[in-house]
Amino acid sequence: MTLILSLILVPLVAGLGLLCLKTDGLRRILAAAVTLAVCVGVIALAAWPAAPDLRGALESHWIDWGILALEVVMSVYIIYVGLRAKSPLIVLLALVQMVVMAWFELTPRAHPMETRNLFVDNLAVIMALINGLVGGGICIYALGYMREYHEVAHPEVKDRRPLFFSLLFVFMGAMFGLIFANNLTWLFLFWEITTLCSFLLIGYTQTDEALRNARRALVMNLAGGLAFALAIVWCYQRIQSIELQALIGSKQSLVLLPAALLCFAGITKSAQLPFSSWLLGAMVAPTPVSALLHSSTMVKAGVYLVLRMAPAITGTKVGMMVAMVGGVTFVIGSLAAITTSEAKRVLAWSTIANLGLIVLCGGIGTYEAMWAGVLLIIFHAVSKCLLFLCVGAVEHKLHSRNIEDMSGLILRMPRVAVMMLIGMAGMFLAPFGMLISKWAVLKAVVDAEPMLSVFIVFGSSATLFFWVKWMGKLLEVVIPAEPEQQEFAPSEGVALYSLAAATFLTCLLFPLISSRLVEPYVMEVYHKTASLSPGNIIIMMIMMALVMLFPLSFIRYGRGVRVVDAYLGGANVNRSVSFLGSANAVEDVTMHNYYLRGLLSESWLSRWGVAGSAVFLAIMVGVAFL
Amino acid sequence: MSIWIRVILYLVAAPVVGCLLSGWDRRITARMQARQGPPILQPFYDVQKLWRKENIVVRQSQNIYIFFFLLLVIFTGALFFAGSDLLLVIFALTLAAIFFVLGAYKASSPYSFIGAERELIQIMAYEPMVLLTAIGMYIATKSFSVDDIATHPTLLVLVLPGVFLGFLYTLEIKFRKSPFDLSCSHHAHQELVRGITTEFSGRTLAMIEIAHWFETVFLLGWVYLFFASVPVLGVVVSLMVFVFVILVDNVFARLKWQTAIRSAWLVTIVLGFGNILILSLLKHFH
Repeated sequence: MTLILSLILVPLVAGLGLLCLKTDGLRRILAAAVTLAVCVGVIALAAWPAAPDLRGALESHWIDWGILALEVVMSVYIIYVGLRAKSPLIVLLALVQMVVMAWFELTPRAHPMETRNLFVDNLAVIMALINGLVGGGICIYALGYMREYHEVAHPEVKDRRPLFFSLLFVFMGAMFGLIFANNLTWLFLFWEITTLCSFLLIGYTQTDEALRNARRALVMNLAGGLAFALAIVWCYQRIQSIELQALIGSKQSLVLLPAALLCFAGITKSAQLPFSSWLLGAMVAPTPVSALLHSSTMVKAGVYLVLRMAPAITGTKVGMMVAMVGGVTFVIGSLAAITTSEAKRVLAWSTIANLGLIVLCGGIGTYEAMWAGVLLIIFHAVSKCLLFLCVGAVEHKLHSRNIEDMSGLILRMPRVAVMMLIGMAGMFLAPFGMLISKWAVLKAVVDAEPMLSVFIVFGSSATLFFWVKWMGKLLEVVIPAEPEQQEFAPSEGVALYSLAAATFLTCLLFPLISSRLVEPYVMEVYHKTASLSPGNIIIMMIMMALVMLFPLSFIRYGRGVRVVDAYLGGANVNRSVSFLGSANAVEDVTMHNYYLRGLLSESWLSRWGVAGSAVFLAIMVGVAFL
Repeated sequence: MSIWIRVILYLVAAPVVGCLLSGWDRRITARMQARQGPPILQPFYDVQKLWRKENIVVRQSQNIYIFFFLLLVIFTGALFFAGSDLLLVIFALTLAAIFFVLGAYKASSPYSFIGAERELIQIMAYEPMVLLTAIGMYIATKSFSVDDIATHPTLLVLVLPGVFLGFLYTLEIKFRKSPFDLSCSHHAHQELVRGITTEFSGRTLAMIEIAHWFETVFLLGWVYLFFASVPVLGVVVSLMVFVFVILVDNVFARLKWQTAIRSAWLVTIVLGFGNILILSLLKHFH
């Protein structure tokens, strides 16, 4: 109990404290200490699970008033932002949301209710671990990254680091609140805090593009927030309670509408089509922000809510439509990632696609799908975070985040390149975590609704294409480059090494993670659970051993071979770098990846993806109302 | 038969059978082109000779990838013949294919680079249908396990005719035979040179050849699964499929990659997915 409260409050308070710290040294000490405390906290939480029942705790009118007051303050601030940006949509959404919540809180209740405000179960513990460990890693990384960002890479951007670090920790605290909240009004408050934090972080550089994209993120998340507020009202009207657990436990037909609205909110926050453009725009922010939004917080809050709603929508048309939105997003996201050469954009599309897979699981909502969905959340967070942080490190050295410029990175920045390769392997290759999860998704889908498998088979083959060509670009060497003196700052190194180790560890410990954390949760909700059969686990471990042998085999590097120049079709002029072409002209060798832009176009894909998923969403809300 | 005996049998027999099939391939192809053709054991003589040649590379680590490619192809086949999960077999096969592609990237020559890119396109073209084949078999037999599928009493091809045809189509791509020899031309005088294998020589090239033998046996084993309830029929059809692939190779010219991927995906949706759709609709009505 105290532990949970402190997990929420310590980062929040530390965040406010960081706002006042102007010196880098003190900031580093405080940030590192808080991160360490949070990490210890979440591990303690996982090791000694608290009693789930927190009835009667924290019930006070003062707290309720405080929450309402905070919500109003945030809404007023957002309205102010909207007015200054001359955006009627922001003003309108924030105003309606504020009125709905104020009306709901201030009307005397017909039925007095007793509400358990906080709740811990295994899913909450898993999310807390991700938020604490991965999010903590990002905060540590940011210490080194932001110094280089302002002092070397982007001196033109105004240094507002106190605000930046303050927001990071507030974000983390709010995410803890969101995970542990059982009272929907509490959940809503934390939901809105993450929306606001992401708005401020995306707009950090204050360039026109950043501000524009920040506003877009705000509008879309406010739309989700409005759906959330309406869901609270309807939930109370239907079951006279605003507890998350009560909502899930009620009869499906009774709570279908609030559940559908909450799914809508989850879909906006997890940047599913038709709302994915806000996440693509969010990459204008410094890299730690992208890592935070993509891996441990924000979008994970969205899929967390969808997975929470799964028991309430499974087997219904609403559930089917949610699954369709997820499926369409997975295919479109994976195909779109093929067409772009900008590293962060590829990562963003891949996030959108993978979240689509989780939403698909939530929509299907069977015990197998739930097991797969939770696994996806875990593995995706670790690998994706590693990838973003690697791209951040590369960007500072290469001054580019174009994948084409990463040619030969394995020689120039060997450590980062190897970690990037590990991250990518973690995203799609057997026997790493994401692949185990995709396998589980495939089984769940075939058992529940075989038709939906078409999304998965096409989406995952597209996934393979864009990851492998990126891997190839890192390995391929045309002009051998000298290695960089220092690839990353020490604090960046801490985060990178531990995440790379975590990619392997989560995979090796997979049976443990599944049996200790995921299966008990699925058991709790569905009274039965899925798992990987022991035989298959052994096969996965053999594969893992084979893959681990690969780096070891580099002992044979260069032995027993004779190095010659590559065949270039003409006489080689300078090793494998240039050759004599037609009319004795010296030509340089250039190699570019395929982006299949003649076959697929990003704008075409997004247009049709938005249209298709919007139709499914409309049907979802429509069906729920009827 | 116990799992271990089957695996050992596979490890011993697959290279022999694969080598013989490869020899027949060259012989039949030659006869189709009104040539005499080499002896049946020519692929074996080739590999034997390659094994003794000097190892020449462009990048020092490129051969390590190919070694793991071979290792994983053998592993994939072993999983299949041990009767384990079909999806797991596909994932292992994909992992193997990716090592091959990464090796070609590592070699860093323009021709192997193009070959690698095109090989990826080919993987992307066949992967959906291969996965749908496993899903189709699961719907028909309620199991992903190769053992259960092989011992299922129904003749699967009757339930999954569309999936079978789709699988045949993707088999052409997987074998890198014309009209889908996009990544690795068998005639090195063309614009691709030798595509993905351009910079591999000696022992490493021999490993690629041996991997191909293992792969052929494994893929024909999968064709057999469609007819497993009548074993004789299964063996006959698998061999007929092999001859059919050679015939197609000789009849068609190479397609553009755009056509290859579009047609493969169209076949996957119409034949593969259509078949599964009908199956699951029938289940709903029963």
